[in-house]
Amino acid sequence: MTEGRVVGSFVVPVHPHTVLAPDQNEGWQRLRDAFDAAAQSIKELDADLLVIYSTTWPSIIGHQIQSDPNPEWVMVDHDFHDLGSINYSFNIDQEFAHAWDDANRKRGLQSRCVNYKGFPIDVGSVVALTLLNPDNAIPAVIVSSNMYANRSETTVLAKSCLDVIKAQGRRAVAVTAMSLSNRMFTDFIQPEDDKIHSLKDDEWNLKILEFLKQGRLEDVGQLSRTIQRQIRVQKVVAFKPMWWLSAMNGNRNDLTGEVLAYEPIHGAGGAVVSIDPTPSGAGDKEYDEDDVEYFHGERGVLDTVDESDTTEENPVIEQTPSGPDLWEPTEAEGSVNTDSAPKPVGAYPHARKVGNMLFLSGVGPRQPGTNAIPGGPIHDENGEPLDYDIEAQTHAVVNNVKRIVEEAGASMDQVVDVTTFLVDMKRDFKGYNDVWAQTLGKIGPTRTTLAIDALPTPIAVEMKVIVHLGE
Amino acid sequence: MVKGKIVAGCIAPHPPHLVYAENPPQNEPVAEGGWEQLRWGYERLRASLADIEYDAIVVLSPHWQTYIGTHFLGLPHFEGLSVDPVFPNLFRYHYDLNIDVELAKAIHDEAASAGLPVKMMENPDFRVDYGTITTGHLFNPEWDKPMVVLSSNRSTAYYSVEVMQEIMVELGRVTRRAIEASGKRVVVLASNSLSHRHFTTESEVPEDMSKEHITSHAMHLWDMRIIDYMRTGQAQRILDEMPEFTEQAIAESDGGGLSWLLSTLDVPNYPAILHGYGTIIGTGNAVVEWPCHAHEEGDA
Repeated sequence: MTEGRVVGSFVVPVHPHTVLAPDQNEGWQRLRDAFDAAAQSIKELDADLLVIYSTTWPSIIGHQIQSDPNPEWVMVDHDFHDLGSINYSFNIDQEFAHAWDDANRKRGLQSRCVNYKGFPIDVGSVVALTLLNPDNAIPAVIVSSNMYANRSETTVLAKSCLDVIKAQGRRAVAVTAMSLSNRMFTDFIQPEDDKIHSLKDDEWNLKILEFLKQGRLEDVGQLSRTIQRQIRVQKVVAFKPMWWLSAMNGNRNDLTGEVLAYEPIHGAGGAVVSIDPTPSGAGDKEYDEDDVEYFHGERGVLDTVDESDTTEENPVIEQTPSGPDLWEPTEAEGSVNTDSAPKPVGAYPHARKVGNMLFLSGVGPRQPGTNAIPGGPIHDENGEPLDYDIEAQTHAVVNNVKRIVEEAGASMDQVVDVTTFLVDMKRDFKGYNDVWAQTLGKIGPTRTTLAIDALPTPIAVEMKVIVHLGE
Repeated sequence: MVKGKIVAGCIAPHPPHLVYAENPPQNEPVAEGGWEQLRWGYERLRASLADIEYDAIVVLSPHWQTYIGTHFLGLPHFEGLSVDPVFPNLFRYHYDLNIDVELAKAIHDEAASAGLPVKMMENPDFRVDYGTITTGHLFNPEWDKPMVVLSSNRSTAYYSVEVMQEIMVELGRVTRRAIEASGKRVVVLASNSLSHRHFTTESEVPEDMSKEHITSHAMHLWDMRIIDYMRTGQAQRILDEMPEFTEQAIAESDGGGLSWLLSTLDVPNYPAILHGYGTIIGTGNAVVEWPCHAHEEGDA
């Protein structure tokens, strides 16, 4: 397989005017025309992946990656709701999203996938995907902009994305959905009166565009903090997308840039810029800042973690108090894994999708993170029997099943078949059966209950679940 | 017409964790509890107002962030699914709320007359922000009162806390005037946290209370200082110290809710009731009530 790479990059504006009202202002129409030209370029690049870094999707808990394969909803802008609504239905590369999430963790980043029906895709991503990928022909992935992330975290985020692009042999286009100067007018204006908010903002925007036109992306990245102070509304979002985009392009200053349009949108600076990885032949990079490969930032607020034990070469394997090693869930086509379910005791995923069916690996009551067993273990470390609460264990199993099912974007009412394993049928059937009646029994899946000799961990009950995901 | 009045003003914070922890039928995720001090604080607030009659709830949420003036929900009914873009694992809430459009329009018009930029939001596809919904649910789980919903102000980020406060104090004055002219009895809610520095990690079980604490001692000191001003009837000192509080505690008062609330209450000099205080992923949150009904002229 050919090693994957970034075959093109684009900077695009975030506000909905280019989708909903290009005819109301000549500048908005020029931005729209530039979007259309960029979409055509992306087709000609034969790209097979669009990666969107959106400044209008802020996150707090690390970075979030959209993993719903087909997010659909109606987007209405908080400010410009009177322009209308944008119906969207996107083609998200779920496999890439999960692989990027894993790669983030390997590089020390806090990261998670989000796959929830009705998740509000942000305006910047909606505008970018609507106009750059109008027929949804190219699968996409969207990542949030963490409001606390610094340069090193944002750079490493790009490097983990590149890890996956290379490993999967993808021809990726990187897109930052962002404004240049982002100060809008704070009063309502007529479309024909739109202009850049101030001469100072305009001058800085032109300087940034001059650099980008010369392919000096890393220089813009290194000016990021200065640009933020000069022409950006503080705290709204820092000028960090250039850190990400520069790292996606190898932190270079010899790229080939083209400014397709630059216009005001309610005072903010909106630009469509194309960046081609082809060397311009002029200027090598001047690289003043650390080239960060692994994030060692302050992401251990809740726990004291020895990071020396969490490198890629030495993945964390936890021990249950009495039982087998815990494993990271495996990844394969269609696999579904979540941090909110207990880690496997072998090399298998939490679940796997095949067609419109979801098959869960056996699920017990252990709690994610702590491995505690609600209701208590059935024996101690020496194998001596202990009293335990089968109802508490069964409730915990159902809750774990629910977490995995929801991670797959499904719900419990889609569970169609359950096989339950009990280690002590005589003692536990009634308690288990009572909890079943309160929970899964109300949903109505078929059920088979078997007595078995033992389970790998000191638990009394485990369920094997099959889900029908719908047509 | 009978003169309208504000019967109570409250700080009613909106972290979605509080709804998640309660397991209401409208919310999809399921929790094992958590953040009880704040949730029980809301219970005390509801009990405190149980015998007070009112017609509408006016709420300002920092999570409807408008950069161009103040916007008002302007249709009589909104329903749909609200998924928190930051904590989608905790908050996927099916909402169904009614708007007092008449009162919303009255406040809108009064603000426009005072020269403030305002707009009615009349797009039926609009999704109500999770801050409004969380505060709405916790204050009134029955959803049996119409609401007036105002967007928050971004002038702190654009200019300064002082500019934000100047606008929001004026918005508070016109809110009060419009309520009085309406003849209605109203509760006003500022849906915001106090100190607002988050943890950037989440425990595997989000409701694991052994992981919950304020992010820093400085944040605690600021929260207690502001709460003490509330408890001792010194609202003017809160307004005076708003720039330092907002900047040093990274407080969610940056969206203008607290300044607006205190102005709407005519900068009360009587003690507020602290119903609860707690932290949520490191941020400081208080449920506080100014019982206006007991402190009005001729009513005491």
